Amino acid sequence: MTAPRHEQVAVAVVGGGPAGLAAAAALAPHVDGEVRVLDREAETGGIPRHSDHTGYGLRDLRRLLTGPAYARRLTDRALAAGAVLRTHATVTGWTPDGHLEITAPDGRTTLAAGAVVLATGARERPRPARMIPGDRPAGVLTTGQLQNLVHLHHRRDVGTRAVVVGAELVSWSAVLTLREAGCRTALLVSAHAVPETAAPVRLAARLGLGTPVATRTRLVAVEGRDRVEAVVLEHVGSGARRRVACDTVVLTGDWVPDHELARLGGLELDPVSRGPVVDTALRTSRPGVFAAGNLLHPVDTADVAALDGRHVAAAVRRHLAAPAPAADGARLVAQAPLRWVAPQLLRAGDPAPPRGRFLLRCDATVAAPVVEVVQDGVVVARRRLPWAAAPGRVFRVPSVLLRDVRRDGGDVTVRLAPR
Amino acid sequence: MSRSPATGPTGPTGAPYDVAVVGAGLVGAAIARDLAGARLRVALVEGRADVGDGTSKANTAILHTGFDARPGTLESRLVARGYALLSQYARATGIPVEPTGATLVAWTDEELATLPSLAEKAARNGYDACELVDADEVYRTMPALGPGALGGLTVPGESITCTWTTNLALATDAVRRGADLLRRHEVTGVRPDRDGTTTLDTTAGEVRARWVVNAAGLGADVLDRRFGHDRFRVVPRRGELLVYDKLARPLAPRIVLPVPSKVGKGVLVSPTIYGNVMLGPTAQDLDDRTATGTSEDGFAFLLEKGARIMPALLDEEVTAAYAGLRAAVHVDGALFEDYLVDVDAAQRYVLVGGIRSTGLTASLALAEHVTGLLAAAGPGSTGLDLAPRADLPSPVTMPNLGEAFPRPYADADAIARDPEYGRVVCFCERVTAGEIRDALASTVPPADLDGLRRRTRAANGRCQGFYCGAEVAARLERGVVSRSGPA
Repeated sequence: MTAPRHEQVAVAVVGGGPAGLAAAAALAPHVDGEVRVLDREAETGGIPRHSDHTGYGLRDLRRLLTGPAYARRLTDRALAAGAVLRTHATVTGWTPDGHLEITAPDGRTTLAAGAVVLATGARERPRPARMIPGDRPAGVLTTGQLQNLVHLHHRRDVGTRAVVVGAELVSWSAVLTLREAGCRTALLVSAHAVPETAAPVRLAARLGLGTPVATRTRLVAVEGRDRVEAVVLEHVGSGARRRVACDTVVLTGDWVPDHELARLGGLELDPVSRGPVVDTALRTSRPGVFAAGNLLHPVDTADVAALDGRHVAAAVRRHLAAPAPAADGARLVAQAPLRWVAPQLLRAGDPAPPRGRFLLRCDATVAAPVVEVVQDGVVVARRRLPWAAAPGRVFRVPSVLLRDVRRDGGDVTVRLAPR
Repeated sequence: MSRSPATGPTGPTGAPYDVAVVGAGLVGAAIARDLAGARLRVALVEGRADVGDGTSKANTAILHTGFDARPGTLESRLVARGYALLSQYARATGIPVEPTGATLVAWTDEELATLPSLAEKAARNGYDACELVDADEVYRTMPALGPGALGGLTVPGESITCTWTTNLALATDAVRRGADLLRRHEVTGVRPDRDGTTTLDTTAGEVRARWVVNAAGLGADVLDRRFGHDRFRVVPRRGELLVYDKLARPLAPRIVLPVPSKVGKGVLVSPTIYGNVMLGPTAQDLDDRTATGTSEDGFAFLLEKGARIMPALLDEEVTAAYAGLRAAVHVDGALFEDYLVDVDAAQRYVLVGGIRSTGLTASLALAEHVTGLLAAAGPGSTGLDLAPRADLPSPVTMPNLGEAFPRPYADADAIARDPEYGRVVCFCERVTAGEIRDALASTVPPADLDGLRRRTRAANGRCQGFYCGAEVAARLERGVVSRSGPA
């Protein structure tokens, strides 16, 4: 078999979504050599390509765009900055030398790079991962597949009556997409006591769309021969079950990072979030390999992912100029009901994390959370935050709360003070 | 519908087929292939839209040595013979086989005490390579095994393979040898004719043949009764399985088998040919022959077992969960623990039933056995000339679905010849546009998404269509549409 061709670039960015494109745009003007973005889809832009509603671009572009327009805007910015964008380019693994193995219609390539930025994003967990038993008819899909069908493939035959699992932002996005496709949403189902999206969005959504939300409810079975005919729902508190007739089930949220390359590359993974462990400069455990976006914190909004991309550029540039081993750092760990935190490593001399925020997931709804930071048994910071912690969305902790942590000290726990 | 140039349910001259094989699962396809290798006109009659859409697609895909069969049974003999024949056929056609080996792990003193008798039973089945090993050796070969293993019995020859590729290879070879594959032809009635033929009434018209072979699996007892017999009952036995992410593969280098015991059935943990790890199956007798759903109890049972056998496995994502139905056979109210093969010369009818869970391994041996029975009866009695043809086409070369062997996405030469092998459509399974195109243009093309999945692995990965579902469905639709013109 012919050997793959070998190429070399200054920076290889794996993933052309908001984080990857923004990293490339921030790096290309300042890097000596090629900054190449590799995306396996037909076009760059990531999830926003097929998320055809407004709300994109707020924090990074100070604009309000639709997803597809945002995707195009970030693509144009990366190109204008001088980055090279390769589509239909699938990174399948690493060589023993740490080069990327790539499959594309123009052949197999091994790509050496001064620095690699992993921006591979996250996906919604599908039905088998959620262990939902029952029949296996057609008509059960994730938001990702739904939006691909409706917005990229222009299908209008998705179904007629849907049950949507989840009541996060993305769940309402699914409802909008279903409506566009002529499919009514009968019900949103949320396992939590309070639907996950913030109250104002929820109210607006309900007013605009009138879709009922069943809280403290989970999906326990799917029924149907060739096509979905019904779902069985269970109330978490009482255990009572009921059937709801439908022909479409959209599984939303419940994101996991697309971490295959990180694992194949031997990067240390956070055991809870399942994304690579990074410091506040977004270095991973492997020198020369960086990470940005929803691969690290499944998931925050696209603009936050893009700002990760902008942020990582500084560390990449420093590495290219003068690679140096990173100092030891203090490990940051979340305590229940906080599920995970990113970034996870606090090193002396490192910048604050992107946007000065640590990102967490919380498994309980706490309206006025008091955050405590504990190191070596001592509470080094405590503050009541003016925003709620709730399941189904990111909980942000200002990095100033971790300013006094000793970078050479023991593990640091971030927790909510008991009421 | 895939057909040789001799089209029509009775051929161009209206003459009946020599043999109609009912059921295009592993066994039916293998029999049809063998018979089509003689100077016979064969129909392979399948009720569903695709071959191998029943039990044959949902087994554990293990190439069995036969070490644990019931000694002295027809099953024991044909599984051992089938192991050799299928190994050979796999080499000839490119069906992927990985000789991972298996270890039966003893978790209790009672199980440990049973191991020597299992080795002895293996020897009575003609398999001599089993070895007793101690706990240290068990953990050396499988460090991720849960704590508490006391010892084991190795079965070095036990291997993993792809049941879908095998079924398709057999059916494709049958068609290339001249058999007519008649899909969507579910048999609804059987009418013997005066002229020494039988007419099968099907949902797509009549099929006339001199001989009929019943390889109808879950429907074999219904078909048998249409021939006037009342000798057995199929009791569907559901087996649920969980398939874990490919990233779990390093945890399971070998098949981990339970020691059969009085307490009940264990489950196995096995690497799959596609690079995943499977946990299962359960075993539940049902009434409904179409009940291939999974269940809460099944999941709970599997997770409990899995937590004991390989706890680290449960930290990985589940990629797929499925259930298959095995056709267990009851005769006179009791479980019949052997194959049920019978040649009825008066009716010109062969029953090939009771294949239970070893049909993949035994398929070619069953075909050889059936052909042998018919040959032994003699052409004067059967009216069948079973002398093999000299001009057989070479066996089909099947696309490789095995993760341990080269696949197009990684083949620079293949991509250079055809860039569509460099256009990855299903990212999780690394399935290219070229492979999907080839499947849609193959001798036995898919009829639906599940069929395309079985031919390519497309949409079988961890994202379950999040990224690729729409694109795969679009390509399937275009491919089916472009074929629906005149044959």
